[in-house]
Amino acid sequence: MFDLTRVLQTLTDALSLGSLYALIAIGYTMVYGVLRLINFAHGEIFMIAMYIVFYGISLFTLPWYVTFTVTILVTALLGTLAERLAYRPLRSAPRISILVSAIGVSYFLQNLATVIFGGRPLNFPQIPLFTDVLTFGDVYIHRLSLIVPIVTAVLLLMLVFLIKRTRTGMAMRAVARDYDAASLMGIDLNRTIAITFFIGSALAGVGAIMWGMKYTRISPTIGAMPGIKCFIAAVLGGIGNTAGAVLGGLMIGFIEIVIVALFPALSGYRDAFAFIVLIIVLLVKPTGLLGGKTTEKV
Amino acid sequence: MTKVKKSSMLLSCLLLAALVGLLAYIDGSASNYIVRITRLCAINIVLALSMNLVQGFTGIFSLGHAGFMAIGAYTVALLTIPVAKKETLFMLEPLIAPFNTLTLPFGAALLIGGLLSAALAFLIGLPCLRLRGDYLAIATLGFSEIIRIVITNAQSLTNGAQGLKSIPKTANIWWCYGIALAVLVFISLLISSSFGRALKAIREDEIAAESMGISLLGHKMLSFMLSAFLAGVGGGLYASYIGTIGPDVFQISRTYDILMIVVMGGMGSISGSVVAAFLVTIGQEWLRVLDGPLPFLPFWPENGVSGMRMVVFSILLLIVILFFRNGLFGHREITWSAIGRRLSALAGHRKDGEVKAHE
Repeated sequence: MFDLTRVLQTLTDALSLGSLYALIAIGYTMVYGVLRLINFAHGEIFMIAMYIVFYGISLFTLPWYVTFTVTILVTALLGTLAERLAYRPLRSAPRISILVSAIGVSYFLQNLATVIFGGRPLNFPQIPLFTDVLTFGDVYIHRLSLIVPIVTAVLLLMLVFLIKRTRTGMAMRAVARDYDAASLMGIDLNRTIAITFFIGSALAGVGAIMWGMKYTRISPTIGAMPGIKCFIAAVLGGIGNTAGAVLGGLMIGFIEIVIVALFPALSGYRDAFAFIVLIIVLLVKPTGLLGGKTTEKV
Repeated sequence: MTKVKKSSMLLSCLLLAALVGLLAYIDGSASNYIVRITRLCAINIVLALSMNLVQGFTGIFSLGHAGFMAIGAYTVALLTIPVAKKETLFMLEPLIAPFNTLTLPFGAALLIGGLLSAALAFLIGLPCLRLRGDYLAIATLGFSEIIRIVITNAQSLTNGAQGLKSIPKTANIWWCYGIALAVLVFISLLISSSFGRALKAIREDEIAAESMGISLLGHKMLSFMLSAFLAGVGGGLYASYIGTIGPDVFQISRTYDILMIVVMGGMGSISGSVVAAFLVTIGQEWLRVLDGPLPFLPFWPENGVSGMRMVVFSILLLIVILFFRNGLFGHREITWSAIGRRLSALAGHRKDGEVKAHE
């Protein structure tokens, strides 16, 4: 049962799913870092990105690179717009108001998507360059399963560079550390928060493109489950901590794939694993695995 | 004081009588459709009040309501569907004992559903209520999803994804409003008791409350369990109202629907929840116009756009959240003395009407 082929197959699957979770989790953790807000709309922005790809490739038959660029840009702008319209007016409100507003935006985007795109699931376009199957001996691997971790790693390096080495990154870190003090130091809060949303949503856009190619079916409710799981991934690693989000994402990816591989009977409960792990971790370490003492938050 | 209390009591009795009369009229002569909406209003009142208890009065941002509703709904369904129907329902795997031969009266089933839901809330509360703010929200949301996943997979108990059909539609207008009224009175009494004041103290400042000798976990747990009990009862009513349930009915969006009622009415206002339950329920139906053809709009599709009402509804909700942050009522309540003050103020203005005619 535990032959090498299957082990390799399982591990690549786990790695690619985990990387996808990590990519989306970063968006949650960045936003939480600066605003202390669970951006419930993140999952819906991720869902809309998939529809943009669908329309770009299947309907307007644009080349994939044009579609992907447009998708990432539009997604990033959409995330920023949501912040501008629904979160910024509530800056001084109690935190619960802004949380409810985030739920409202998520609800709105889901309903809007149902009207515009229809409730029936659609087939995500397949791009041979990404979705071809490679064979190494007995191991069958989607090219995508190799591309996903690489793309995630590259984006992550860029993000780390941005946060650690640029003035914008420094502003983001300052806002995350102390909101009021940062604004007293002359940091433009609104600009910094907008940039954070822009980057987080762009990453969700990249994640959506790869998610769509991997799972092929899209519907207006598809963002909900990955959205919650990725938020859990962010909490698991210690919310506000970028490395934690990646760790949490990979962990959930591995747990889901490996447990189902070992105990196929549990496959129906797959979506519950993330929640169970979360609750266990929160009981042992309420601020997440890498949270708490590390003060670096973005 | 006693005079005010007495007249309040009298006015409440009059209002109750008027309400009973109105309901009897609706039950007797209104169309089936109107009766259904009227019943749904009462169910939403129960659900909104139960959520307001934890969120508005105790300050616990719990998002597990759909899960508790599901427990109540499935309990009521399993205990009230006639035995013969159950045999035809469970085609893939037979229903396990004792449910396969057991049926109970609707009231008993509701009560058991509420109790089960409260018992589950105890188990969930043990780990979750120690968490703060957002962590608690996401953990309770997680449990709600786990309940749904278990329901989807427990084929021999819940019939899995196929769901349960032919639940007896016992929850008529009297059941719904009887329970809604009982819950309303119960929550009002609870909130004005010393227990209720302790909950409000926790909401305002946990540390201050604890240093005044209020047991945080104990009070939060009791409030959470009571809320789950009421959500279970509300879920049971809902099951009997729609007649067919499945795991999809109890998705997170169900929690959001109730949350929106609570937010719209004002977190921490009982009257707000009641008024908003009517507004939202009737409003959602009224907005159905938008799903159909709108001939006066030039570019509107001939057959209408289905789902449009939900888009408009969510925009309205966002407007409420953004511009009326505290909802319709904030922490305020409608009381007879408040109405009395308003009326006498109005009357006062009337007297010197020449000066302040249009105030």
